Amino acid sequence: MRITLNGEAIDIDEGSTVAGLLEHLKLQRERVAVEVNLDIVPKTAYDGHGLSDGDRIEIVHFVGGG
Amino acid sequence: MTTQNDTWTIAGREFTSRLMVGTGKYASFQQTAEALEASGAEIITVAVRRVNLDRSKESLLDYIDPGKYTLLPNTAGCYTADDAVRTCRLAREAGMSDFVKLEVLGDEKTLFPDNEELLKAARILVKEGFTVLPYTSDDVIMCRKLEDIGCAAVMPLGAPIGSGLGIRNPYNIRIILESVRIPVIVDAGVGSASDAAIAMELGCAGVLMNTAIAGAQDPIAMARAMRLAVEAGRLSYKAGRIPRKLYANASSPLDGMIA
Repeated sequence: MRITLNGEAIDIDEGSTVAGLLEHLKLQRERVAVEVNLDIVPKTAYDGHGLSDGDRIEIVHFVGGG
Repeated sequence: MTTQNDTWTIAGREFTSRLMVGTGKYASFQQTAEALEASGAEIITVAVRRVNLDRSKESLLDYIDPGKYTLLPNTAGCYTADDAVRTCRLAREAGMSDFVKLEVLGDEKTLFPDNEELLKAARILVKEGFTVLPYTSDDVIMCRKLEDIGCAAVMPLGAPIGSGLGIRNPYNIRIILESVRIPVIVDAGVGSASDAAIAMELGCAGVLMNTAIAGAQDPIAMARAMRLAVEAGRLSYKAGRIPRKLYANASSPLDGMIA
């Protein structure tokens, strides 16, 4: 299935979860925030939150800024 | 009086350092970390951005211990209340803290705040339990409104972001200081150590800066200079300066002159 991740279309396996996506991207869950279709997914829900075809996902973290 | 017992609080959290610094524009993460160390800052600002899907890149947090600093995520680059609120919600989830530096910009050239959108965003965020530190104009009415809404501090600009023009309207900052009870932090405009000292001598609770340190020829040395300037300015404010006089007043006694 195809999702939009940070503005880029990518293909992921059916049945993927937020936790699985973070693992695939080698991102530490403590350091990111995830939004699926404009709703924030709490860290505690990453394992159970399944992704669907067409989902628009934003994964953000802290960078240098003033 | 020493600076050691001269602490201050934001939303019930106590801090010793009155210098808050940004983490942008450094040559490297290593330099960022060294400048933060030299500045003595306890509160550091960060921006919220999409992760780089090219995973090879290092992260700021590989160099900075989030246990050592209070991270203050900003909403830099947001031009509407909606975008700023969305960014703050993401920041809270990423950092597990309610502290946010709220900025809603109105214009790309000046980076002056859009105060109408700022108030709108601040109202929503305060209701949602955020500790809101808004970057705003050096406008006393705005600062009062932000206090009334429930912001934890007000952060009027000294001059445009990154301009290094210093405290362009110290009289406005003074009136703001007399008009609100929450901490007043000068955010933006500081170019040199003397600018930071001026902000503190006016009686501000603190100073927030980024470019003045990161853009200096030697950022580590400038970070230390800013630390000393903020401490010196604070001590000078607390010590109480002499009144300005037009004419001289001799420092040495007139009695006992040889002729």
